[in-house]
Amino acid sequence: MIAESMYQELILEHYKHPQGRGLREPYDAEVHHVNPTCGDEVTLRVKLDDGKVLDVSYDGQGCSISQAAASVLHELATGSTVEETLSVVDEFTRLMQGRGQIEADEDVLGDAVAFAGVAKFPARVKCALLSWMAFKDAVLRSQA
Amino acid sequence: MSVPSFDVERVRKDFPILSRELPGGRPLVYLDSGNSSQKPAQVIDTMRDHLAQHYSNVGRALHALGSESTEAYEAARDKIAQFVGASSRDEIVFTKNASEAINLVAYGFGNPVNTDDRFRVGPGDEIVITEMEHHSNIVPWQLLAQRTGATLRWFSVTDEGRLSLDDLDELVNERTKIVSIVHQSNVLGTVNSISPILARAREVGALMMIDASQSVPHQRVDVTDLDVDFVAFTGHKMLGPSGIGVLWGRRELLDAMPPFLGGGEMIEAVWMDHSTYAPVPHKFEAGTPPIVEAVGLGAAADYLTSIGMDAIKQHERELTAYALDALAELPGLRIVGPRTVIARGGTVSFTLDGIHPHDVGQILDDVFGVAVRVGHHCARPLHLRFGIPATTRASFYLYNTTAEIDALVRGLHHVQKVFG
Repeated sequence: MIAESMYQELILEHYKHPQGRGLREPYDAEVHHVNPTCGDEVTLRVKLDDGKVLDVSYDGQGCSISQAAASVLHELATGSTVEETLSVVDEFTRLMQGRGQIEADEDVLGDAVAFAGVAKFPARVKCALLSWMAFKDAVLRSQA
Repeated sequence: MSVPSFDVERVRKDFPILSRELPGGRPLVYLDSGNSSQKPAQVIDTMRDHLAQHYSNVGRALHALGSESTEAYEAARDKIAQFVGASSRDEIVFTKNASEAINLVAYGFGNPVNTDDRFRVGPGDEIVITEMEHHSNIVPWQLLAQRTGATLRWFSVTDEGRLSLDDLDELVNERTKIVSIVHQSNVLGTVNSISPILARAREVGALMMIDASQSVPHQRVDVTDLDVDFVAFTGHKMLGPSGIGVLWGRRELLDAMPPFLGGGEMIEAVWMDHSTYAPVPHKFEAGTPPIVEAVGLGAAADYLTSIGMDAIKQHERELTAYALDALAELPGLRIVGPRTVIARGGTVSFTLDGIHPHDVGQILDDVFGVAVRVGHHCARPLHLRFGIPATTRASFYLYNTTAEIDALVRGLHHVQKVFG
């Protein structure tokens, strides 16, 4: 029953009730990322102002992990600073790529710590990272 | 007419892996044979025995082991020729897999060294496939079209998951050089009727190829009865090992085709500036072949024959009917493919409302030990046709039971509880 623990209540909650879903105006950059192995995709927009993330809006399709990860990202990033958010993205990436061997830093990750169990399933890591990588890409583009 | 008696419990005892437990004490419920089948002890033992007692390179070693190994390798060719009703053993080419077999044929077309008119392809010529192909029967033809400027066309698929033959006469026409279609869909389970398409191909002088990767393991396939020009299939889906596939081709066409890969064993004589080639099938078997794999595939054909292909087909038909009924009881489950067992094999793909197949597969595996495949199953265009990114696929074989289908259904109820 390892996977049951991967589907944390918080993940299922975000999957069933996604926060901030839907593409919104205005935005500085829009990106489209695809996970070719499973067909999950996300279109994501960011609106930044003066080092702050004003909005992360997204739309896409995919499994519960990929969709919940986008929802959690929206909650964490919106209203926070770009710098803080990018450090959360880095910590989240480190956790996901840690094959379940890494202790998650809950202070940095907040709700995203619920995805810790996903790291034990290499096939699902990309699902969790999809929208987070898209966000990083969108921030870079909007600052270019 | 009665089919030979079939005892699934006795069959299961031949497959050591089916009695293993998964971590956490879960029993294994293997419903992924369309992806790759499990192997009976008869295949495993034959391969082990070859490695332990007879192994050497084939075709070139003059010593005792060389001749034993060659004999076993060529005996495997005989077994496969007999298994699919080839009129000559020389029409059986061993490849790495079905993909290589299809590529081998595709590279025979539009090749400047091939002056046979049937293989000449250029702008204005057409290649016809279907919307329900595995990528292995799409991409090689896309590549051929790109190399030669020919046009790739395809049969569409109906909502029920059958080939639409409405525009057969328009799709297959005087410009068509080859028609290559799947015998049994690896997603829909649909078994395509070959004869109407073949009749049209013959009328216009086009060649015809069948991807039989999903049919040869599950029903009696006789290449002489089919009467097409090329048939590709793979070993690992028919109880044999991975790394070995088969191309059957009409002798006269294989003779007319240029070599595919160059190297050892495929030559007659080599000079620094040119070579002459071995007769078929060796012309197409460059380099040291998958020797032990071929021997294992021969054992797999023997095993399937000993059980009886008609009995296997009948058993899978019963499983499929049982599964189609049982799955229909689940709310929000939509079967992608025919909902009856008519002209259909034991591969059942479906979607569950609001739940992504990856989540379905994860829970089925982790809680119930049920192994299914999730995703687009290397048939992305077919999924695009149905407007879905992915499906969950259960595929049955001779060793599956109705109790395993019950386990699948129980698992799906649980999945709906978790994500509902």
